[in-house]
Amino acid sequence: MVIDEHITTVSRPIWPTEETSEGSQELFPRTSTDPAELGREVGAVLRLPEGPTLDPTQIDIERSDDETMIINMGPQHPSTHGVLRLMLELDGEVVLRTKPIIGYLHTGMEKQAEELSFIQGSTNVTRMDYLAPLHNELVFSLATEALLGVEMPRRATYIRMLMTELNRISSHLMWMATNGMDMGSTSMMIYGFREREMILSFFEKTTGLRMNHNYIRPGGVAADLPDGWEDDIEVICNTVETRSYEYDELLTGQTIFRGRMEGIGNLTAEEALALSVTGPLLRSTGVPWDLRRTMPYLAFDEVEFDVIVGTYGDNFDRYSIRLNEIRESVKIVRQLLANMPSGDYRVQDRKVTPPPRGRIDSSMEALIHHFKVFTEGFAVPEGEVYVAVESPRGELGCYLASDGGPKPYRMHIRGPSFVNLQALPLLMRGGLLSDAVAVISSVDPVMGEVDR
Amino acid sequence: MTTQTPTLNAFEGFPTVASPGVAAVAFIPRENYKAVVAALKADGFEMASDVCGVDYLIAGARTLPDGVKPERFEVVTSLLSMSRRIRVRIRVQLPDLDPTVDSLFELYPGTEAMEREAFDLVGIRFAGHPDLSRILLPEEWEGHPLRKDYGIGRVPVQFKSTPGPR
Repeated sequence: MVIDEHITTVSRPIWPTEETSEGSQELFPRTSTDPAELGREVGAVLRLPEGPTLDPTQIDIERSDDETMIINMGPQHPSTHGVLRLMLELDGEVVLRTKPIIGYLHTGMEKQAEELSFIQGSTNVTRMDYLAPLHNELVFSLATEALLGVEMPRRATYIRMLMTELNRISSHLMWMATNGMDMGSTSMMIYGFREREMILSFFEKTTGLRMNHNYIRPGGVAADLPDGWEDDIEVICNTVETRSYEYDELLTGQTIFRGRMEGIGNLTAEEALALSVTGPLLRSTGVPWDLRRTMPYLAFDEVEFDVIVGTYGDNFDRYSIRLNEIRESVKIVRQLLANMPSGDYRVQDRKVTPPPRGRIDSSMEALIHHFKVFTEGFAVPEGEVYVAVESPRGELGCYLASDGGPKPYRMHIRGPSFVNLQALPLLMRGGLLSDAVAVISSVDPVMGEVDR
Repeated sequence: MTTQTPTLNAFEGFPTVASPGVAAVAFIPRENYKAVVAALKADGFEMASDVCGVDYLIAGARTLPDGVKPERFEVVTSLLSMSRRIRVRIRVQLPDLDPTVDSLFELYPGTEAMEREAFDLVGIRFAGHPDLSRILLPEEWEGHPLRKDYGIGRVPVQFKSTPGPR
């Protein structure tokens, strides 16, 4: 018998062994598990029978040695933040495996984008992440402008930053509200919605709509900021900042709240990176990755702010990251208020931007350009581009392929919630069913963006 | 983003083009796809940002570098290096009759849902994917809607039973 000498010469740490029916097996530490294997183990790719493929006669109800139970949560469950459906495998009250089932809100928006011209496209993407519509418009506009190769006026860039940061505040406030409600704090729900309402009123004043604004368009923004916007922003900043300390008082030190948040839904940095998780989820594991800072777009390299990171990657870290990001966004908005440049709020390129209404009455060219821009749109040079921005939920990417026509050949949105949802089985594993609601809330999925 | 071109050893020997926002866009044959991505992962690309499929059925002339044979389908993978702060994009050409490519699940488990989406909507097959099933559409759905030859309006109203005979 030939003994392979390599086996004995390989040096490796000696792990404890355990005698099993299949011989002695080494007990490796959990960190040595391959992320792909871990995904399989915790059921990230769990294949549970569903729909017409399930044969009722095949269900083994007599199986008494196996105490696990599969229950269905959603899609109409109020705590799933929309139409998320979860299949949970439970052992008593402990969640073993989870499978998120999505698609209940799928409306084929990527297909529809191929039928809409670039100037209509932002009306489509704004309906994806309905809590941060301006970020969706922004990423689509940036992708189109990258293909067009137009240079934004500084005021347009600053207005975009102002509006998206306000949107981040309102989205995080909405999260504070719904998270508070999930944790049983209904007063937090009322407070969160109250402050968000101020920002939505400002959006209505500026864009004409409370959501689905179609405000940030390829070529700039739809309208200049309204008269007296400085006062509105001042009031919003002061109120939100003051109230954020009230939330601190209400929630952060609250015993029940902390008990339900601390140490629940743990995620490590390795797992988060392997699962492509971004946004507050990734930052809660201690990875200081915020696209505004690390790969600046717009003019985020000109403003001062801190990237908030957590340590433990649990629910409480994610809560405190979002709360502190509200304050950081207020800080950014204050700087934008102080440094708002004057000038154009959209590109003065008549092929991209329709002429102002007043010019149409006096200029034939203006009339023609106006007609052409709104009937057939503008042609975008052939090419493809991927642009990513930091939405309140993580990396929001837009892949745009153009064949040289006025409509995108292919538009793909990389929704952060869609990707982040993959971490759900990992976060829920081994926790209690009652914590499932807290974990879903801390991931902050927006189903409009997940299903698109 | 970066002014100097970063060295990407994994792309050596493959045609690359420049694109705004990324260090390079590489055209990789599907046989080399997984090996190149594995080399990139070892080279500091920690995260797979995006995987999506494109159907170039009705596209006119596509500008592709020399040596790349245009095929109907394309899988576009965006990788992100956090340590080097660059992105790269990989475009893989897939033929009409056999749009199969290796899955990246073993390298980046986070591509699981993205590959399922590409399978669901464009019909790309990912070899080695642990659960290649529909993710957004119902399980019994026929066809892949983001293909260019998909019949729009083929199903008049989705969630109604077909009218019975008169």
